Parts: sequence; C-alpha cells; structure tokens
Amino acid sequence: MRLESHLRARRDEGHKLLVPYVTGGLGAGWLDVVRAVADAGADAIEIGIPFSDPVMDGRTIQEASQRALELGATPAKIVAEAGQLEVEVPLVVMTYCNPVLHAGYARFAAELNAAGIDGAILPDLPLDEIGEWAEAADATGVETVLLAAPTTPDDRLRAICERSRGFVYGVSLLGVTGERDQVAHQAAEMGRRCKAVTDKPVLLGLGISTPAQAVEVAGFADGVIVGSALVRRLLDGGGPEAAREFVGSLREALDR
Amino acid sequence: MTAPSRGTPVRLDPVDAPEPTGLGRFGEFGGRFVPETLVPALEELEAEFRTAWSSDEFRAELADLLTNYAGRPTPVTECHRLSERLGLRVLLKREDLTHTGSHKINNVLGQALLTRRMGKQRVIAETGAGMHGVATATAAALFGLDCLVFMGAVDVERQAQNVFRMRLLGAEVVPVESGSATLKDAINEALRDWVATVETTHYCIGSVVGPHPYPWMVRQFQRIVGDEAREQCRVRLDGADPDYVLACVGGGSNAIGTFAGFIDLPNVRLIGVEAGGLGLATGKHGASVSRGVPGVLHGARSLFLQDEDGQILEAHSMSAGLDYPGVGPEHAELAAQGRADYVYATDDEAVAGLELLSVTEGIVPALEPAHAIGWLAREAGRSVPAGTTVLVTLSGRGDKDAAQVAERLTGEQLE
Ligand SMILES: Cc1ncc(COP(=O)(O)O)c(C=O)c1O
Repeated sequence: MRLESHLRARRDEGHKLLVPYVTGGLGAGWLDVVRAVADAGADAIEIGIPFSDPVMDGRTIQEASQRALELGATPAKIVAEAGQLEVEVPLVVMTYCNPVLHAGYARFAAELNAAGIDGAILPDLPLDEIGEWAEAADATGVETVLLAAPTTPDDRLRAICERSRGFVYGVSLLGVTGERDQVAHQAAEMGRRCKAVTDKPVLLGLGISTPAQAVEVAGFADGVIVGSALVRRLLDGGGPEAAREFVGSLREALDR
Repeated sequence: MTAPSRGTPVRLDPVDAPEPTGLGRFGEFGGRFVPETLVPALEELEAEFRTAWSSDEFRAELADLLTNYAGRPTPVTECHRLSERLGLRVLLKREDLTHTGSHKINNVLGQALLTRRMGKQRVIAETGAGMHGVATATAAALFGLDCLVFMGAVDVERQAQNVFRMRLLGAEVVPVESGSATLKDAINEALRDWVATVETTHYCIGSVVGPHPYPWMVRQFQRIVGDEAREQCRVRLDGADPDYVLACVGGGSNAIGTFAGFIDLPNVRLIGVEAGGLGLATGKHGASVSRGVPGVLHGARSLFLQDEDGQILEAHSMSAGLDYPGVGPEHAELAAQGRADYVYATDDEAVAGLELLSVTEGIVPALEPAHAIGWLAREAGRSVPAGTTVLVTLSGRGDKDAAQVAERLTGEQLE
C-alpha cells in the first residue's frame, strides 16, 4: 500500500499531486532522468515499459517507445535497472498487457516487487479483464491502478474506483496521449465524478502539457499525470537537466 | 442448380452457431482487452448486434441488401480442368463475384446497418489489401456516412488501385507510416482514432479480430458464405459434403465464415491456409497459428508472432490481406481443439496458384485465396488424397493484384 499511502499523505498535507511519466530505456541516461524528476518534486513516477504497438499513445510516446526498443530496451532490463534507483518516491510501471502476459503474470508481479516498484498501470487491461493479473499483483503487493474514462457510466465508475489500488487514473479527455493546446472539456467532469465516489487519490492525466494546464486540471481532482510534454523534451535531446527544469516548473506552479 | 435466383431473399444463419462464452471467450482466447474509453461502446455494440440479429426486420433488411445490392447468393463453381490437373474434385465458393469483389462486403453491410441503428454518422476502418476499405467506403456511400480508412503506407503502395477506388467512393484514406506500415499498424491507428471519436463513430473492423463482440459478430455476418456453400455442395454432390474445406487466413473472416457452415460435420476437414511468405524458416511470414504464441493484441487474446519479450513481430507476405502477425481468437481455439488444421503457402506458391487457376478455369483469384489454391496444388495426391472432394473459398478477385503480380512475373511495371 506504499503508493496509495504515500499519495494520501501528500494530499492530506495539502499538496496537489504530481506524477510525471518517463519512457524506460530511452537513452543510457534514463535513470538519471528519473532521479532528476524525483528531485524536482514528483510525488510518484511512472516508468513506461515500451511496447511495439501502443494503442493508447500518440506520436510522442510512440516515438519514444520505438527509440527505446531500438536501443535494446526490454521489460526485464527496465525493471532490473529501475531496481537500482534509490529514489524516495514510489515508482509505477506503465505498459501494455502483452509483455506482462508474455513474461507470466505471477513472474512479472514478483519481479516488480523485487525491484521495489510499487504499482502498475496496464491501459489495455480494463476492469472486466483484470482478474488474473490482479490476483498475481495483489499477492505480491503490487498496486494496480485502473483508468476511468469520460465514457464510463456511473455504476461502472464506482466499481473501477473500488477495484483500483494506489490511485484512480481519471482520463481527462477522449483520445490518446499527446500534448494539447487546451484542457479538454471532459477534465472537470471526470474529476468531479471520480471524487464523488472515492476518497482514494484521484489523478487526472492525458494531454496535460504546461504548468498552467496542470494547475487548471489539478483543481478538478487531487493532482495530475504529465507524460508527453516531458517525453518530448527528452526526444528533443533534453537530459536530466531539462527534465528537472520542466518538472520543477510544474511543481512550482502546483504549489503556488 | 436449386440455388435461389436473384431477387429471392437469402437466408441468414439457418442453424444457431455456438456463441462465445463469458466476455467473448473461445476457450482461453478472445475477450475485451481495450482502453476503458472503448468499453462502453463495445457493450453498446454487443447489445445492438444481439437485438438486431434476432430481429426479423433487421434480417430482412440485411438479406435484401445482400441479395439485391451485393449479388448474393454467390455460386459454387465446379472446376473441371483444375480437378483433372490435380486429380481431385475441386469446387470454388465464388465470393469474388460479389459486389466490390470480395467477401468483405458481407460483414460491412451488416455493420453499416448497425451503425445506422446506433445513430452514428461516421465510420472508420482499417484495410490491408484494400478490399475491406473499398467495401466500407461502398457501404458508407450507400448509407450516406462519413468514412475514413487507415491503410499502411506499404499497402497504399502495393494496392494503389484500391486506394483510388476508396477515394472515388468518397472516403478519405490515411496512409499509416508507423511500425511495419501494414495492416497491424493500420489497426493501431484506427483504434487511436476511435478512442477519440467513439461517441459519434463506429469502428467497422474487417475481420474476426479485435475485442468482443467483433470476432463473434463478424463471424455471424460472414457465415452466410459457409451456410450457402453447404447447401450448394449438397445439391452438386448428391447430398454429400466435401471431404476438405479450404480457405485462406489473414485475420480469418472468410475462413471462419466458411467453416461455420461445416463445423458440425465431423467428417469434413477444415483447413486454414496462412501466409508462408518467404518460408517459415526465414522468419518472414504471416503464419500466426503455425508459429504464433498466445498473447494480447488489438483487444483480444489469441495467437501472435512475437519475440521473447512479447514485442509483436512484423509479418511478411506479398499479399497485403494476409500480412498480419495475428489471427482471430476463434481460429486459435479451433487449432487448440484440433477441429481445424492450419497450413501455409509461400509467396511463390501463391503466385503459382494464381496462375494455375487463371489458365485452367479462367478465374484470376486475389493473392489471398491464391494461397489456398497454391497449397492445394502442392498437396494434391499427397496429404490431400487423390479423388477427394475439396471446397475452396475464393474470397476475392485478382484485379487489385494485377500490377503487383505482373511486376513479379515479368519484372516490368504495368502501365
Ligand atoms: C480477397 C481477400 N481474401 C482474404 C483476406 C484476408 O482476410 P480474412 O482472413 O479476414 O478473410 C482479404 C483481406 O484483405 C482479402 O482481401
């Protein structure tokens, strides 16, 4: 319960939560990027394990995944390397069902646990299909975060919030990951609906691109997830410093 | 022949086919592995299909379209010269004779009716060879729907004629550059579009792949191929059934539709022919049942070509319609049960099959079903004993492949 308890504690101290996403294996220095993100004030960090066919991802994360795979990233390597990170904040892997199924649900959950990774997000494993994986994850203490979408009806939303561990991932728009000029109109409603049925931490994510957008969206729930906007900076040649600066600007805006 | 004449409504689904269990499961395969955003739309589609499929009005409307628009029933043709050449009795189920030139229209007309029932104004589709894209663009024109078709950039190149047809029909064609730039990537891109547009858009999937209810629903729309063929064979074979029923397998819709008509006849051997590409040993092929392992892609648990880390591999086939590293979940289950066998034909064998059928019967098949002919030519008198009766589903006509085959055979580009 480290992920949930950590996020709850931070929320209850009056902070808006900030969870950045970093593509695992994106360049030799990716672990330093994660450290910089932690230093800059992340409350938890999502580590993406690249998959060949990421249907929930837009161009930026597709490209990052592709590049990481070309550099030889594998799920086992990323998990093992993440195990060497000595960061204070909880880590959550984000990947797709197939690499996990291929490794074996029980084995993968055990590897995450051994590496000190607290949670997992599998966007193509919705509530109805979660059973087998959740059993393995629950048994090892890995917290499985579920996504709730703007299209999710109320009764189903309640069940998702009930089953989600760590936090609830509210999808703040209709679409895939990727930067947007504006906050989607669905974000406010998504935050309100999730908050109405759970007191677990509720984070909104997808498309959040700037400190101003982060502040706006964080106002609808307990905090935000920021992926493509950070990953784009890494693809553009930015390293730990660029990551620290961007995440720092998000942190500062949220704390203001 | 007692086949109904044009104008007589075709019959749909004369016997009840087995439904998947639970959440679209065929054994351990199938399911609904999609982003949460899509789940409610899939539930709506399943409910709509269920209601429609048991409604006389829907069936009458679909039967009317299949008869008077698509040109069903399609005949079963006896191949005298090919039979003599191979020492077999070969019958062809002629899906090449449908409007738009392949079996894809059977499924698309059903889904177009559902789209209208759900009050959606826009359809999206993926396409490999372009036949499903053409069929979808055709139905969209007929129903006055907006239509966007995703097609791998490699396929846009090799099936240029179909790209033009789709545009002529008023559809927008989007070349997909990501990944292998073929069918798999076109499906990825269609799913990404759908996640953003699901409230107003129907995703018209072209094969028995994808999340529940697609593999089941598309099979039901395609089983007319097998149901017709079973009756037509009985007429032609004095009440007997063929010994072998053969169809090519990309995602598997023409095959599963054909198999559905014969599945309860244990003496009929069902054979799916996959793309052998440059040969299985080269790793450049599309033989997902023969060489795939269980995994999850495009919403379903099935068999997929993948590496040791669970990354999906690129398939290879000169035939764009079979160039897919997976297969529909019901095929994975039929293979697991041993009810159907899955074999392959290489690119070379497919081209030889295409030439053979052309010169012996005056029928130029599409490259996809040419794989079935090519396999049969290889196995006649070997694993397929001399004198046996074989029904082959000819899923489409070869017009779309003329340029590609000409270049391969003559080394020259067609004008
Ligand atoms: C003529 C033809 N046959 C077969 C296929 C393969 O699809 P399926 O396996 O779903 O029948 C295609 C797909 O493009 C096709 O155009």
